[in-house]
Amino acid sequence: MGALPVELENVYAKYAGSEDWIIEDVTLKVDRGEMVVIMGPSGCGKSTLINVIGGLIPHIVAGVVKGKVKVEGIDILKEGYRAIVGKVGIVYQNPEIQVITRSVSEELAMAPENLGLPRDEIIERVNWALEILGLRGYEKRDPQTLSGGEKQLVAIASVLTMQPRILMLDEPTSMLDHEGTKMVLNAINNLRENTEMTVIVVEHRVEWAVEVADKIIVMDQGRIVLEGSPAEVFSRGEEVKKFGVRPPSVSEVAYELRARGLDIPVPVRLSEAYKVLSEVFSVDRIKER
Amino acid sequence: MIELKNVSFTYPNGPRAVDNVSLSIDRGEFVALIGHSGAGKTTLAKLIVGLLKPEAGWVKVGDLDTKTTPVSKIAEHVGYVFQNPDLMIFSATIYNEVAFALRNRGYRENEIKKRVVQALKEVDLGHKPLDTPPYMLSFGEKHRLAIASVLATEPDLLILDEPTTGLDYARCLKLMEICERLVKKGKSVLIITHDFGLIAEYADRVLVMKKGRIIRDGATKEVLGDIEFLEKEGFMPLQSTLLARKLGLKALTPRELASAILERNP
Repeated sequence: MGALPVELENVYAKYAGSEDWIIEDVTLKVDRGEMVVIMGPSGCGKSTLINVIGGLIPHIVAGVVKGKVKVEGIDILKEGYRAIVGKVGIVYQNPEIQVITRSVSEELAMAPENLGLPRDEIIERVNWALEILGLRGYEKRDPQTLSGGEKQLVAIASVLTMQPRILMLDEPTSMLDHEGTKMVLNAINNLRENTEMTVIVVEHRVEWAVEVADKIIVMDQGRIVLEGSPAEVFSRGEEVKKFGVRPPSVSEVAYELRARGLDIPVPVRLSEAYKVLSEVFSVDRIKER
Repeated sequence: MIELKNVSFTYPNGPRAVDNVSLSIDRGEFVALIGHSGAGKTTLAKLIVGLLKPEAGWVKVGDLDTKTTPVSKIAEHVGYVFQNPDLMIFSATIYNEVAFALRNRGYRENEIKKRVVQALKEVDLGHKPLDTPPYMLSFGEKHRLAIASVLATEPDLLILDEPTTGLDYARCLKLMEICERLVKKGKSVLIITHDFGLIAEYADRVLVMKKGRIIRDGATKEVLGDIEFLEKEGFMPLQSTLLARKLGLKALTPRELASAILERNP
């Protein structure tokens, strides 16, 4: 059996200059090909966790990390972040600061060029990334003329050309409008369906998260406070809300009905909600009145 | 209170960002402005606050025409929280940042301190030492500081440009509660956001912008309940609204849907 993509044991992390731990006693295992969505209030340590897994802290950003941090079987605290270069890709929330060249194809070629790959391989990877993210036809476009959603797709594609085994996205849609958000979330769905990549996303769009996540992690004050499948996590409505996480609105309908004395299961997806409610109440009865 | 008549604006060498917009916002209204990126929402907000002057038409804040009134005078009535807090924050401490506009208006220092402390508390920054340099704050905290500086001035119209970026759900709710309190006091709120959940819960009215024009202006229930319109324009309707329709009911929010279900199935 191969190494797990991510294996954290009792991890503590803080930045240089900060007194308190930002991450406290985090233990987490992520399986190959798993899609993990991290949620929680701002300042709870979500981005820091991404930066620890990506090896940025303490190797690029000064700080202290304690515990065991194994990524693709490599102990990055001992071996340094260079040992995982190309294996882990990170996309941040603001596409404006991630895209730097004057054409989409240059942008996509930059990372594999820096990895010193042969020309044919670079071309092949750029074509693959263009294809999988639906960016065909954009090759010659200047990224600065693209919409926010399109720019974010370019940022994701430029990370994909490294063909990382783990893709991490830190709030990739928080600065996008509905069209841009749909574009980026569809692209992530597409990656999930067509690759073996392990994906870790910090994302507040809960209704998307429950559709695609294998596991949801809720963090609060540096700790993992809830972990499980979307159904397991959102069946605990009170706790979820206490930690500042917005539940899917269809789950909220169930919380409301339960609060008014009805003992119904908590659905997380629209299709499940319809099924649950039409079983409890006759839909025909609802519709005909 | 705010009135725009046939307002147009074009950036130099750019497309027409606002195109023949007429609308008014009354006292005590909680209005949401939605639209995709580049629709002209922020330009419209900047026209209302007088940072941009219309090339055609006029904007009036009360009796003041923004074309002929200094921005500082308009700012006494309209508070605008930018999307990017870094564009707003320039003082060396969080106290001075919030106190700045109050000092400009000639408030006494004890009144200023009272308002600063209250405003910082309202945005959950009350625990920070008042001499904290703003650059030490996270993006979300800076955003809340920017909101506090505007809240402290108690403007007649508060404009929030994408306030949910950098705010988590609990803090978004808290901000909406602050807005609700302002509205109850007769103040008005204009919020630019993509968050339909918050709009459905709090706003009375929704304006939809597209290519510089207002293409829809109506009650929240009517606009966010029009699933065909939202989908046609590329928006994502609320799932509780979609579920309501599947069940043959009319409701926007989870609470409304739960009530509608119980009413039909007592």
